[in-house]
Amino acid sequence: MANEINLKREQHKESFVSGIIRQNPLFISVLGTCPALAVTKTLEASFGMGLLFTFVLVCSNVLISLLKKIIPEVIETPCYIVIIATFVTITKMFTNAFLPELYSTLGVFLSLLVVNCIVLGRAEAFANKNSVLDSLLDGLGNGIGYTLAICLIGLVREILGTGMLSIGKVFTFIPVYSLPILKAVDGSYDFSMSFFSNSAGGFIVLGLVLAVINAIEQHKKNKAKIALRNEMKKKLHEDDPKPVYQVKEAK
Amino acid sequence: MSTAMTPYIVTFLLAILTGTLADNVILSRFYGICSFIGVGNKVKSAVSMGVAVSFVIILSSLICWPIYYFILTPLNIPFMDTLTYILVIASLVQVVGLFIKKYSPTLYKSFGIYLPLITTNCAVLGVVQSNTDTGISLGQSMGANFGMSMANAIGTSLGFVLVIFIFACIRERLEDADSPKPFRGVAIALVTAAIMAMAFMGLMGIGS
Repeated sequence: MANEINLKREQHKESFVSGIIRQNPLFISVLGTCPALAVTKTLEASFGMGLLFTFVLVCSNVLISLLKKIIPEVIETPCYIVIIATFVTITKMFTNAFLPELYSTLGVFLSLLVVNCIVLGRAEAFANKNSVLDSLLDGLGNGIGYTLAICLIGLVREILGTGMLSIGKVFTFIPVYSLPILKAVDGSYDFSMSFFSNSAGGFIVLGLVLAVINAIEQHKKNKAKIALRNEMKKKLHEDDPKPVYQVKEAK
Repeated sequence: MSTAMTPYIVTFLLAILTGTLADNVILSRFYGICSFIGVGNKVKSAVSMGVAVSFVIILSSLICWPIYYFILTPLNIPFMDTLTYILVIASLVQVVGLFIKKYSPTLYKSFGIYLPLITTNCAVLGVVQSNTDTGISLGQSMGANFGMSMANAIGTSLGFVLVIFIFACIRERLEDADSPKPFRGVAIALVTAAIMAMAFMGLMGIGS
């Protein structure tokens, strides 16, 4: 009995954690690239997008998981799209009412959450097979993973593009504050490259971040391979301290 | 020359040109990146995909604009726009698929699996949504707004096909190139797209 509970707990943990780093929707699966390039000009806008994305993903995951026995398999996808579109509409109305700055910054990309590959992908790959709690945790994990990923891109683009980090422009309820980072001695921001705020900058930052992640993974794999080979060698020596060819040489 | 004096057809053509080159759908507005990266390494399939998407973009713009202004606005439910559009697009893709299957099986085969995927292509919903999001500006007639929406749709489709074709050509060559190991796959594709975006940025200012 205790074992079963442990197993379940393990599964809950797995569905929550896997989306954050190991199965990160943006960096590992390369999904949801449109908003990751379009709204990441500043860190704050990226964070807002990530927040709304997480909300939509969690809500749609939970509802789809609840309805998984009712929805017939033939019209699965249209049903999911309608459910997701409903939550996107709710999110749009709330954002328009309470955070109009965020609403105008995200623009059409808030509506485009309806056709976001991650939301639809999680619905089809996870929520329609798993329990409600697991789906909720999966949505939360993937949402946090995606938010972290686009915040990283937003951070790089804002620092390089404007030379400073500023808050309070999108979330208007906090006071406006900007942290100068690339400030020259004479007080100007000549070291910043507006290229990174442009569309081309978005592509190049995402490309370079993906390359860095690939490099780290390859390094890890190589390390594991070398460790495995060393271990095999050691084992071989332990099993047979005097290989045949050495004996032959001695003769 | 004030805008009122410009012949309407010139404005229309300039809007198409802007949508195709200066404000390109993929490289500057970031719609449809997923399909751009997903199918972008075979010229033939990329072009089939592009043509199929263009077809659906133009048709759905043609249908959704009147729905918004003649059904949703009089009923006072404009907030239902996204939900309506996605249903229209999904059913449109089904209908177009059936039509093509009936009248041109070869074309249907070449579209293949891309046809159902068009529903979830951001480019289609993005264009339709942005057509009505901007609203009718002061002094602009309904017809002029509809014309501008259609110019946006046509320009976007042309831009989509153009960029996806160029990109597929580059990526075909790129597969043989000896790029650094961590860059292989999506990363080098994104860097290529960045360089293309820089080239297209040079065309800014046309039509504005």
